[in-house]
Amino acid sequence: MDILFSAFEILLRWDVIIALLIGSVGGVIIGAVPGVGPAVAIAIVLPATFSLEPIVGLTLLLGIYGSAMYGGSIPAILINTPGTPVNALTTYDGYPMTKRGEGRRALSLAYSASFFGGVFSIICLIFFSPVLAYIAPMFGSREIFLAALLGIILVITAHKGQMFAAAMMASLGIFVQTVGMEPIKYTKRYTFDQSWLASGLNLIVVVLGLFAISQAILLLAQEDKRAKAVKLSGGLFQGLKELGKHKRVASVAASFGVIMGMIPGVGEFTSQFFSYTYAQRSSKNPDQFGKGSPEGLVASETANNAVPAAAMIPLLALGIPGEALTAMMLSVFYIHNVNPGPNLFQNHLDFVIALYISLLILNVLVLVFLLFSTNSLLKVIQIPSRFLGMTILILSFVGVYSLRNSFTDCAVAAACGIFGFILRRLDLPIVPIILGMVLGEIMEGKLRTSMMSVKTPVDFINRPIAFILFVIIILIILLQIRTLWKNFKTK
Amino acid sequence: MKNIKSGDLLFAVFFFLISAILISQFPDQIKWFKKTKLTSQPALWSAIGLIGMTVFGLIHLFLNLRIQNLKIELDEGILWIKSIEYACWFLLYVILVPNIGYLIATLIIAPCLTYRVGYRDKKMITYSLVTGLSIVLIFKTFLEVKIPGGAIYELLPNTIRSFMILNF
Repeated sequence: MDILFSAFEILLRWDVIIALLIGSVGGVIIGAVPGVGPAVAIAIVLPATFSLEPIVGLTLLLGIYGSAMYGGSIPAILINTPGTPVNALTTYDGYPMTKRGEGRRALSLAYSASFFGGVFSIICLIFFSPVLAYIAPMFGSREIFLAALLGIILVITAHKGQMFAAAMMASLGIFVQTVGMEPIKYTKRYTFDQSWLASGLNLIVVVLGLFAISQAILLLAQEDKRAKAVKLSGGLFQGLKELGKHKRVASVAASFGVIMGMIPGVGEFTSQFFSYTYAQRSSKNPDQFGKGSPEGLVASETANNAVPAAAMIPLLALGIPGEALTAMMLSVFYIHNVNPGPNLFQNHLDFVIALYISLLILNVLVLVFLLFSTNSLLKVIQIPSRFLGMTILILSFVGVYSLRNSFTDCAVAAACGIFGFILRRLDLPIVPIILGMVLGEIMEGKLRTSMMSVKTPVDFINRPIAFILFVIIILIILLQIRTLWKNFKTK
Repeated sequence: MKNIKSGDLLFAVFFFLISAILISQFPDQIKWFKKTKLTSQPALWSAIGLIGMTVFGLIHLFLNLRIQNLKIELDEGILWIKSIEYACWFLLYVILVPNIGYLIATLIIAPCLTYRVGYRDKKMITYSLVTGLSIVLIFKTFLEVKIPGGAIYELLPNTIRSFMILNF
């Protein structure tokens, strides 16, 4: 109980409340604009949060992360264009409902499902936190190394049909993070005698280039697109009632979201896939899926919104980000010399609970905001794509330049932007590069530390958690080799 | 397996070549220490990254080893080169800010880029000016992000100069 009061004390500050409001409303608007998405927004806002206290900065970023998917459902349902990539599955059933004249019902149901998913996962995690506080200290250097390795492997294997490309990009990320002066023997790695490379490539600069500038270039270089005006009439409250009819699907989807969200590298897409498949298989009308099934819409929206809170678990408990957005948030901790990991759960549980409570409040704020302002938000969808590209490019400057006022940083970000643009054109994965950079650094440090107390290779896995993680890694690799072999034989 | 798109082969060749060049520089760019454990070698993780890039890059190249139409493949390459223009706009903006100030640079770049990408009507140019001004006000004036004042501000009278440096 004391921890709960302490958590409220952390939150009840005007700057935290303002960050929560700006993050939640801003996140919805950003999510509703096709072509921006939370990754671009967080990359741009990130350097501005460095001057804020960790709780304020993280609340702002969490606000954007947690609310963007709510907003992303609006264009997905009304104009068949997902606002954020994870809203893609929402178009399957949301848009056919709009074509049937049930756009308002679809939106209302999507908001309610998202709200349920968000709240369900936060409540699960608040109750789960003491367990995590108990388990987290069992993670020493070798367990964190293995968990990071597992994260990399899962990120690669999650890219079905593009596994080799993802592995290539993750390797690129691992290599890029090694460039510059290494901290143990103080030797230069791949600097080519260039002084600007001696301090390495800054993660934020690379993130801004790969996510924000690349997206700006993509929007500027492609044909101008402008969505048609859409009008909705009537209220949006009916979905709250209708969700009650789909409570089984919503509960299962939220559970998938929580479980998948906690596993590094898995996230929204996998949880949506499992939830949607479950909903279709258990439905009385499976043939309606993809043609405007409310159950399909509920499965998709509940699952994706249950992920953000759960995705904070590996970040907070182990210091291991599971995807690009949490990788960006990690830098907020680092900038303030706060090391997320086992100690955070053990010594600052109130801080963790405060973050979860802020996510809970955020979900309520977003739902209320959407129920009353969806009609005004429809104008945002109509921003022409090239104009949006221009705006993102101008905003990217703030992100990169405010870091160190360095022209070199901006040039590196611009180069990363062109590289990211090419990857986007080819539909090649970008996220493994960032995770390769972040997890590569963690693996390098933790392997070196853990090997000091290891005499034989078997010692490395002689602790229960290390052994379990090792077995999981081996199983996943074997399963992937089996799948690849099967695919090769069928071809 | 994702469908092969135009440009996939070009990218795969490019990526593999860069990886091969980087790996060939290994002896020059990294020091290997004698009597030091493998896990403590500074070269280990660069090697892991580079070997991964080269091996997976080679597999990726092998999987994309099909040219459907050479012209379309090259057209995609030209589009990539053309994208450098927008990176140059970005760098031009970066050069302008410390000289003419964040506000003026933004109010020049935003409408010029808007005009460049095809919006010629007054309404869009006005929107771009409003957007630029809002960005400056939000980030520099209210959030006080670290963007230095422009050299041009030195020409202003003392009373206005510090106000401009702090807010715009």
